[in-house]
Amino acid sequence: MEKIKKVVVDPLFNNNPIALQVLGICSALAVTTKMDKSLVMCAAVIAVTALSNYSVSLIRKIIPSSIRIIVQMTIIASLVIMADQILKAYVYDIAKELSVFVGLIITNCIVMGRAEGFAMKNPPFLSLMDGIGNGIGYSLILVYVAFFRELLGTGKILGFTILTPTTEGGWYTPNGLALLAPSAFFLIGLFIWALRTWKPEQIEEVQ
Amino acid sequence: MFEHYLSLFFKAVFVENLALSFFLGMCTFIAVSKKVSTAIGLGIAVVVVQSITVPANNLIYTYLLKENALSWMGIQGTDLSFLGLISYIGVIAAMVQILEMILDKHVPSLYNALGIFLPLITVNCAILGGSLFMVERSYNFGESVVFGFGSGFGWALAIMTLAGIREKLKYSDIPVGLRGLGITFMIVGLMSLGFLAFSGIQL
Repeated sequence: MEKIKKVVVDPLFNNNPIALQVLGICSALAVTTKMDKSLVMCAAVIAVTALSNYSVSLIRKIIPSSIRIIVQMTIIASLVIMADQILKAYVYDIAKELSVFVGLIITNCIVMGRAEGFAMKNPPFLSLMDGIGNGIGYSLILVYVAFFRELLGTGKILGFTILTPTTEGGWYTPNGLALLAPSAFFLIGLFIWALRTWKPEQIEEVQ
Repeated sequence: MFEHYLSLFFKAVFVENLALSFFLGMCTFIAVSKKVSTAIGLGIAVVVVQSITVPANNLIYTYLLKENALSWMGIQGTDLSFLGLISYIGVIAAMVQILEMILDKHVPSLYNALGIFLPLITVNCAILGGSLFMVERSYNFGESVVFGFGSGFGWALAIMTLAGIREKLKYSDIPVGLRGLGITFMIVGLMSLGFLAFSGIQL
């Protein structure tokens, strides 16, 4: 039980996949202009990471090590196709906005990294939990970035007006930069700065 | 005709730079940009793989997966586009493997220079992203050749620039918590801001 708790909670701050392991930034940032988009993306990533970890772990003893990458890739690709089809069936509008980024979960390094680094060495249930934990650690950053980008860019969260923009007679002038690519980089940089000030053991050595 | 291709090329390199405006290939982009020499090796590898896989996936999509694509075999009414993702990644993995064998046999100097980066490219999202954008924007074969080369070139340009900046960064005094990953993100943000300046250009 103690161990399960550890694999779920550790990836949140102590070993965050984005802020410390530098995994999975690729397909993440472009979907953070709006909260609803990123929540859907988070759900898809958590599901794919957890299930791929579970399936890889189930067959970990019979995968020949020379072809393990291809086997993992096939499992992940099949799961992503499922996620893609489900999103297209139930939340078509958001799936359309996410465009290629659902497909890019395949090459999201978190999924591959956890399958290779954790699921190949651990029993199925623990791997499932590790997948969920890492998925949540990733979602945490995604939601944080999306929160600020949507709030500063449009003054709204999930469509509810928080800061009334000047166009609707309020006082807040929406900051267009928050909707563009650079702001996501700045926000993640600031997050890493804050996290490392809080947990100094994550600071990198000077080369 | 030529102008159309030229504008597509410049759009792929500057305006819609895969790394800086679509965040693709970020993991390798951040991890392998500490030295200019390695960044150049990786950049070249990406250009080569991207210019081969995007057109190859274009052919696969047009002649096998698209709606009614199998009509040249006399089979009507098929739609295999849901198999897209798994086919593209298969093509990419196979292409990288073949390229690795060819380079090893015929151009060993380049093979040694690229080293570990070549196999790593399989999981670089910029490569898969290029193919997916090609399908989404329904490029034809000629356009996909130009787009493949252009987007790979843009990515290579971005990683070389970042590596250059990070080499100079050794001499600067950065707040302790920001060292390493944090400041790199900030720099990429500033670079992306710079590339935004291209976005108004009409060709």
